[in-house]
Amino acid sequence: MTTIKELKMEKITSPSRRSFLKSSVLASGGLMISFSGLAKFMPDDKISTTNLAEQWNEITGYIKITSDNLIKILNPNPEFGQNVMTSLPMIVAEELDVDWQKVVIEMGPHDNVKLGPQFTGGSNSIRMYWKPLREAGAAARQMLREAAAQTWAVSVEEVTTKAGILIHEKSNKSGTYGEFASKAAANPIPKGVKLKEVKSFNTVRSSRKNVEGLKIVTGKPLFALDYKHKGMLIAMIEHPPAFGKKLKSFDASEALKMPGIKDVLSLQLYPEGYEQAAFDTRTFNDLLVVVGNTTWEVMNARKKLKVEWQPISESKEVVNGFRGKTEVVIPAEPETTTTQLAKMAEYAKKPAQQLRKDGDPEAAFAKAAQILERTYSAPFLAHNCMEPMNFFAHVTDEKALLIGPHQAPGWIEPTLSKILNLPPEKIEIQMSRMGGGFGLRAYGHYVVEAALISKKVKAPVKLVYSREDDMTYGIYRPMYTATYRAALDANKNLIAFHVKGGGIPEHPIHANRFPAGAVDNYLAEGWAIPSNITIGAFRAPRSNFNAAAEQSFLDELAELMGKDPIDFRLELLKRAKENPVGKNNEYDADRYAGVLKLVKEKSGWNNSENKKYSRGVAAYFCHNSYAAHVVDVVKKEGQPYVERVTSAIDCGVVINPNAAINMVQGALVDGIGNAFYGGLTHKDGASEQKNFNRYRMIRHKEAPQKIDVHFVENDIDPTGLGEPPFPPVFAAVANALYKDTGKRFYTQPFVNEVKSNS
Amino acid sequence: MAAFNLDINGKKQTVDIDPKTPLLWVLREHLNLIGTKYGCGVAQCGACTVHLEGSAVRSCSLPVSAVANKKITTIEGLSANGDHPVQKAWLEHDVAQCGYCQTGQIMTAAALLKTNPNPSDAQIEAAMSGNICRCGTYLRIKEAIKTAANQK
Repeated sequence: MTTIKELKMEKITSPSRRSFLKSSVLASGGLMISFSGLAKFMPDDKISTTNLAEQWNEITGYIKITSDNLIKILNPNPEFGQNVMTSLPMIVAEELDVDWQKVVIEMGPHDNVKLGPQFTGGSNSIRMYWKPLREAGAAARQMLREAAAQTWAVSVEEVTTKAGILIHEKSNKSGTYGEFASKAAANPIPKGVKLKEVKSFNTVRSSRKNVEGLKIVTGKPLFALDYKHKGMLIAMIEHPPAFGKKLKSFDASEALKMPGIKDVLSLQLYPEGYEQAAFDTRTFNDLLVVVGNTTWEVMNARKKLKVEWQPISESKEVVNGFRGKTEVVIPAEPETTTTQLAKMAEYAKKPAQQLRKDGDPEAAFAKAAQILERTYSAPFLAHNCMEPMNFFAHVTDEKALLIGPHQAPGWIEPTLSKILNLPPEKIEIQMSRMGGGFGLRAYGHYVVEAALISKKVKAPVKLVYSREDDMTYGIYRPMYTATYRAALDANKNLIAFHVKGGGIPEHPIHANRFPAGAVDNYLAEGWAIPSNITIGAFRAPRSNFNAAAEQSFLDELAELMGKDPIDFRLELLKRAKENPVGKNNEYDADRYAGVLKLVKEKSGWNNSENKKYSRGVAAYFCHNSYAAHVVDVVKKEGQPYVERVTSAIDCGVVINPNAAINMVQGALVDGIGNAFYGGLTHKDGASEQKNFNRYRMIRHKEAPQKIDVHFVENDIDPTGLGEPPFPPVFAAVANALYKDTGKRFYTQPFVNEVKSNS
Repeated sequence: MAAFNLDINGKKQTVDIDPKTPLLWVLREHLNLIGTKYGCGVAQCGACTVHLEGSAVRSCSLPVSAVANKKITTIEGLSANGDHPVQKAWLEHDVAQCGYCQTGQIMTAAALLKTNPNPSDAQIEAAMSGNICRCGTYLRIKEAIKTAANQK
């Protein structure tokens, strides 16, 4: 068995380092290590840091420097493909003023005190860390300058830096950061160090390659599914075959006879009456677990289990979430998609919860010369991360070690502490690179499951979900619908706007988003139907449906009003800017208009040479950033095909442009894929799609030939990028499909209607 | 259980194993070659792609009994230092996002270029459509394949 270096965090023995940005000096010396070839050193090179722990001088929580001038920057945040392993250290490197090529990047340990929130979600990684990382880099640079000034007996103002070298020009003295690292670390952390001007950035705003690129293309062990540990067993859970069912009894006698099988056991995920935290998911609370030597053996043994399942009874769960305690009703009845759709249609007619009201929408609709009303719907979506859910756990009575893919280790730690009855300091969570996340890995069930199994079998265990387990477990993007209505007066002026949205089991509505603020009479309402199918955050939660519906509706509305769809939106935004209606409008009308203007220009929206395309436009604001897309559809083999996309994005300062473009391109492909093909249906509580043979994912030949991405250039503090480009894709596709087919697309996935149309 | 002689990345070795065990799990759990990934287990996603006698195959659906004495190449054997033209092109285009599917994508692409050194866009799309990338890096994969083709 090998222990995987990439997943092993370096332990630093140091006393009292519990406050943010506190420095400490570590015992130096002892081991002599040669770092030949450092100039060519890539962050993914093979230098072992295992025995170097005592040589690192920790300058700030994020920065360590050896006396030999090896500079290490820790990435604090979980990496799931958003590239924070590269982009967050770039921010530190910028202020620290070091040669990027010579920096070692390492995943930080889980330590919310030293390294901040450590949460990947809500497109917040960069936004959260922008200031702390700049301050950490700037403070470290200042400490190094002070150390050099003390040594050289010169004024600190006269000590400058250049790419990791401290310089005193007057006396012609210079030295590496490493030479002064130990002295610098002994100094207190300065406060209020001046940060660089955005325009003088050297590293940030210029493209840097993924620091784990070489490991990725050579198949090095980066993922928890690749992790091995001495004496490690493999565990898999036999979940009920449908939502609305639970374990009744099982006979494991045949399974236990299978080669390599160690144990078959059942256990409870959460105890009776457990009060769930916001991300404590439990689709199935009674677990039937098979434990063995290898994954393949456990998979085979599962087939030999004789299990009886029984219907659940209606229950109530108390969730203590971000908005206080709520009671969630879990109905018993197994659900079927056709029945769910009928129920949604029925609920849509009932009175709903009012979320926002401006003016007198009822009166405006009553006197309208014309009303446009359209209903949109979308199915459950499975996240389908390419690396199925898994987690390593080694839990004893004294402590717990957990290694795996998780977006929010700080949220799951208190839960583990309660469930395992261990204080948080006895729980060590190591963050592996995630093979995708998309929101699903912010939830805790599989981490707690792994921990409980390890504790019960008294061995290090890796819990592995098969693809089928992963796809049928729940925590889906909810099923949504929304009816949009617009009232026009006799002169085709927009006088009222109404959105009423609902879903299973939550409504999608963001009541304070555009076009709220741009229409005098506005009403937003929401309703929800309880369900035993579990849901969770999925790339731009709720927005991913709202944008699809609202931006399709605005397109149809513009057409009815005889206006260009971009000009129509710009008119509304002008109104929202100059004379906003109501309060709490979430968006900045100027920035929203900015991406529309940019996409209009860059796509050649009015250029005659683009007439050969069926073009659709959509824009959206969510997660603090703005995105607009123009989708160009052509016919390929008789079917509409998105050949080209032009995108305009405003997310403030772009840290790593080429990687940011990659992320936007990915969001476009993801959006086109889900708009055309995504969807999970149910029959008597069972998912009808269990693997990629039935769950259709976008593939190479369906991806566009070209996606041009343009960023609005500004000096605004950076906001997120993982989610904002995703929601408007659906509507841009629908609007382009309309131009291509002459038919509006209201029901996702569109592939069904495209087929019936051709 | 039965003994099988395997020829993996030029190294001949014997494993004593259930003949039905898919090559994927032999690689991952018996030979510690973890660069070949588990994605679906039913030959639908391509994460487990390896070369069998030079052709791209899905190792999750290939029993070990079918591959004995045949030449198998995994990502670990594609090049000594990650310097196969396809790997280099992947780095040049900074293709990966989460990175999980990329070894499978690279193995499919390398097999394609071996039989068709200058594939058209349509040929690339056809060859690569068995490999899912959930992050949506398809455009860069295609560009990287073109770059690698030009270097050959």
